[in-house]
Amino acid sequence: MQQLPTCGCGGSNRLVFSCSGAADTGELADRGARGIARGGAAQMACLAGLGGQVSGIVASARGAAAVLVVDGCPLDCGRRALELAGCSRIAHLRLSDIGFPKGHSPVTDEAVARVVAAGRQLINDFDKESQT
Amino acid sequence: MTNLLILGTGCPKCKKLAEHAEAAARELGLEFDLVKVTDIKAIMGFGVMMTPALVVNDEVKCAGNVPSVEEIKKMLV
Repeated sequence: MQQLPTCGCGGSNRLVFSCSGAADTGELADRGARGIARGGAAQMACLAGLGGQVSGIVASARGAAAVLVVDGCPLDCGRRALELAGCSRIAHLRLSDIGFPKGHSPVTDEAVARVVAAGRQLINDFDKESQT
Repeated sequence: MTNLLILGTGCPKCKKLAEHAEAAARELGLEFDLVKVTDIKAIMGFGVMMTPALVVNDEVKCAGNVPSVEEIKKMLV
């Protein structure tokens, strides 16, 4: 279901993007980002829209109070896409840094839960730091 | 003619963005029309994740914040 836009008057506008590459960690990043969004920590947005320069998605990424990007591996495609789009307030979660090496990370419910917890913590801490 | 759309449901930030956009267009001496889009489905059609948003000639220039008049002038030229 497509998420409704949030109003800038009410609280912090936070977005989460994920890579969704061919590897197991790409699937894990995608499912983790969806879990983060379902929990309400951020709204999930479409990385392909950034690459495709869809103006509404680019403007939303630039205007967000904080953006979390979940990358499956050190290629950091998601973070690079955000930087190319002109975003600067980026919290970056790379799954290989938290014990999920590419090609050796089965996508289990437990793994997804760990990604969700790590991503939620990261964007909460990032948002707090930005406000101080 | 410069087409300006303000995407938002009518909250204080939406109103402020409309004021700034109109002021910017007038100060630049542009011929323009400004339409407020409040229908949420229409807003979603632009791909914006947050409102208010400013669309200039079908391109979303900003979303989720209210730029100053001077910042908006740069978006209009």
